Amino acid sequence: MLSIKNLHASIEGKEILKGINLEVKPGEVHAIMGPNGSGKSTLASVLAGREEYEVTAGEVDYLGQDLLDLAPEERAREGVFLAFQYPVEIPGVSTTNFLKTALNQVREHKGLEPLDAVSFLTMMKEKMKLVEIDQALLSRSLNEGFSGGEKKRNEIFQMAMLEPKLSILDETDSGLDIDALRIVANGVNKLKTKDNATIVVTHYQRLLDYIVPDYVHVLYKGKIVKSGSKELALELEEKGYDWIKEEADTTTA
Amino acid sequence: MSKDNQILEEFTSKEYEHGWNIDIEADQAPKGLNEDIVRFISAKKEEPEWLLEWRLKAFRAWTKMKEPKWANVKFPDINYQDIIYYSAPKQKVKPKSLNEVDPELLETFKKLGISLEEQKRLTGVAVDAVLDSVSVATTFKDKLAEMGIIFCSFSEAVREHPELVKKYIGSVVPTSDNYFAALNSAVFSDGSFCYIPKGVRCPMELSTYFRINAANTGQFERTLIVAEEGSYVSYLEGCTAPQRDENQLHAAVVEIYAKKDAEVKYSTVQNWYPGDKEGKGGIYNFVTKRGICAGDNSKISWTQVETGSSITWKYPSCILKGDNSIGEFYSVAVTNNRQQADTGTKMIHIGKNTKSRIVSKGVSAGYSQNSYRGQVKVMKRADGARNFSQCDSLLMGDKCGAHTFPYIDIENKSAQIEHEATTSKIGEDQIFYCTQRGIDEEKAVALIVNGYCKEVLNQLPMEFAVEAQKLLALTLEGSVG
Repeated sequence: MLSIKNLHASIEGKEILKGINLEVKPGEVHAIMGPNGSGKSTLASVLAGREEYEVTAGEVDYLGQDLLDLAPEERAREGVFLAFQYPVEIPGVSTTNFLKTALNQVREHKGLEPLDAVSFLTMMKEKMKLVEIDQALLSRSLNEGFSGGEKKRNEIFQMAMLEPKLSILDETDSGLDIDALRIVANGVNKLKTKDNATIVVTHYQRLLDYIVPDYVHVLYKGKIVKSGSKELALELEEKGYDWIKEEADTTTA
Repeated sequence: MSKDNQILEEFTSKEYEHGWNIDIEADQAPKGLNEDIVRFISAKKEEPEWLLEWRLKAFRAWTKMKEPKWANVKFPDINYQDIIYYSAPKQKVKPKSLNEVDPELLETFKKLGISLEEQKRLTGVAVDAVLDSVSVATTFKDKLAEMGIIFCSFSEAVREHPELVKKYIGSVVPTSDNYFAALNSAVFSDGSFCYIPKGVRCPMELSTYFRINAANTGQFERTLIVAEEGSYVSYLEGCTAPQRDENQLHAAVVEIYAKKDAEVKYSTVQNWYPGDKEGKGGIYNFVTKRGICAGDNSKISWTQVETGSSITWKYPSCILKGDNSIGEFYSVAVTNNRQQADTGTKMIHIGKNTKSRIVSKGVSAGYSQNSYRGQVKVMKRADGARNFSQCDSLLMGDKCGAHTFPYIDIENKSAQIEHEATTSKIGEDQIFYCTQRGIDEEKAVALIVNGYCKEVLNQLPMEFAVEAQKLLALTLEGSVG
C-alpha cells in the first residue's frame, strides 16, 4: 500500500529525514517510535503533504501512485488521513459543517453524489458511538475551547467519518489521561479492517498497550535504526532510548 | 449535485457576475451640475415647489462645502461636472401596473434573480427595483396597503403622500450634513419610501434593489423609512452595477425614523462593481445612512455585508434619543485586489439607559485597504449608557492592510464602554487542516472566512445570508496560493 524509499526531507534548509525506508501493507499497524526530535512528526507531515517541508530525495509510492506528486487535498481524497498532534481551531465553523464539506468533496472525487442532510446525520450518529463523542461538541466551533481529550477524540471521529485507507496518528496519545487514551484507542481498533493500514507515531509505549502494532520502528536522527515486533516497544519502555542511540551512533561513526 | 452546490460552484468559478449591461434607451440630463440641472431633475419628477426649494438649498450648501479627505482612502479628484446626474430608462407611458413595464426592464431584474412578477410569490419579499435613477417597479404594494403599510418609490411618495415626505425628509440626515449627503439632497432622483403605521408588524421583508446601468451616470437615491409607535419592519437592500472602465459615483442617503417601541432592521448586501484586478473602474460608494431612535424603547439594527465597490465610505449610524433605545451595527467588509473600504458606525447616546452594540468584521486580501472607523458618543444626560464594540480584522497575504480607528467620547460618568479588537491572519495551519481532510484551498478559505463572519451573517434574513456567503467566497476568489 505504502512504499517509502530513501526519503529525505528538510525544513528551512535543515535536513530532518535522512533516508527513510518503510513498507506498509493493507491490514497492518506500524508504530514509529523514537526520542524527541528524531523526525517522527516530520515523517507524518511529509506524508500528508505539509508545504513547509521540502522533499530533497527519495520516493513514496501509495497504491501505485507517486504520493509526493499529489496536493494535500488529493492525498486526502485518495484515503490518506492524518490525525493531528495539535488539531487546529477554526472559529465559527462547526465540526458538523466542516466534515460535511470534507466528506462531500471526497465523495465528489470518487464520483459519488453528495450525502443529503438525513443520511449524513445518520452516518454521524453511528460513528459518534465509536469514540463516545457528544453531539453538542460537534455543533461547536471546530476544536475551539475543546479539552485535549476532546480534540483527539474529534480527530478519530473525523477519521471514522472519512473512512481512510491509510491513517497516520501523530502523537495521538499526547496530553491524554488514561480514560481518554482508552476511548481513542478503542475507536482506532474498531476502525481497523484487513484493507486499511495505520501508522502510529508515538513517543511512549503506553498507547501500544491498546493499539497493538504488527511492527515497531525506531526513528533516530532522521533514519529508522531498528525495526522489530511489538516486543521492541516493551524493551524501549523498560530500557529507554539510550541503548539504541549508542548502537546507532557507533555504527555511523 | 444539489442545486445549492451548483449555484455555489457557478459563483466561485466566476469573476464579477453582474458586469453585463443592457441597452435600454435612456432619458438623460446633460452632463454637469448647476442650479439648472437641479431644476431639470425636479421638473422631470413633476415635483412640488417646496421640494425644489429644498433641493436648491442643499445645492447651495454643497457648493460651499469641501469633499471630505479624512477617510483612509485614496482616489483621483472627482470631476463633478463630468457626471450625468439624471438618467431614466425611457418608457413610452408611465406604467400603471407591472404589465405595462418594459419587458426589457423586467428582463434586467430577472437576470439579477429578482422576480418582479407578483404572480410568482415564491420569495415572500416585496421589492422596489431602482434602475439608474428611477424606481421601475414595486411589488406587493396592494397587499401591504391593506395593513396601512406604504411601500413605494420615493417619487410616488412625493406625489401620493407629500405630507409624510415633507415631515420626515432630512429629519435624520439634514441637507447640509456632509458633502455627499448635500449632493444627494440636491440631485436625488428616486429611491424607496416606507411607512409602517402604529402597532403594525410588517409581515414580509421589504426590499429595494439598486442597479446602475447607464454609463457616466451617478446614482443618487434616497430611502426613507418611518416606523410609527410599536411597529416593526425588516428592510433589505441589494446593489449591483455593470463592469465599466470608468469609476461611477453612488452617493445615497438612507434615513430611518423609529418612534416609541418601534423596531427597524436594515440589512444590506452591497455588491457594486469593485473594479478589475488592477483597480480600474468600479463604483465609488459614498453613502450616508442614519437612523434615529426618537421614541423610548425603540431599536434600530444595521447589518451590512460589503463586498463590492472600488471605494466604500459608509457609516450607518444610530442616534439613540429615546430612553432605553437600542442601536446595533453588524458589519462584514471584504476587500480584495485594489479595493478600499473605510466603514464603520456612529452610536450617539442621548437618552437614558441606551444601549449600543457594534460587531465589525473586516477581511482584507490582495492589495486592498480595509479600515474600521467608529464613534461612540455618550452625551451628558445619557445616564446608564452602555456600549459594546468588537472590531476584528482578518488579513490574507501580506500586501493588504487593516486599520481600526475607534473614537470614544464620553460625557457621562455612568457609561459602560467595552471595546475589543483583534487582528488575525488566515493561518497556513488552518488551510492545511482543511486540505488534509480533502477540502480544496478555495473552499477552505471560504469556510474559514464564513466562520469568522458568522456572528454577522447570522443577523441576516435566511435568503440573504445564503447570498452573502456566496458573495464572500466569490470576492475572495483567487486570493490564496
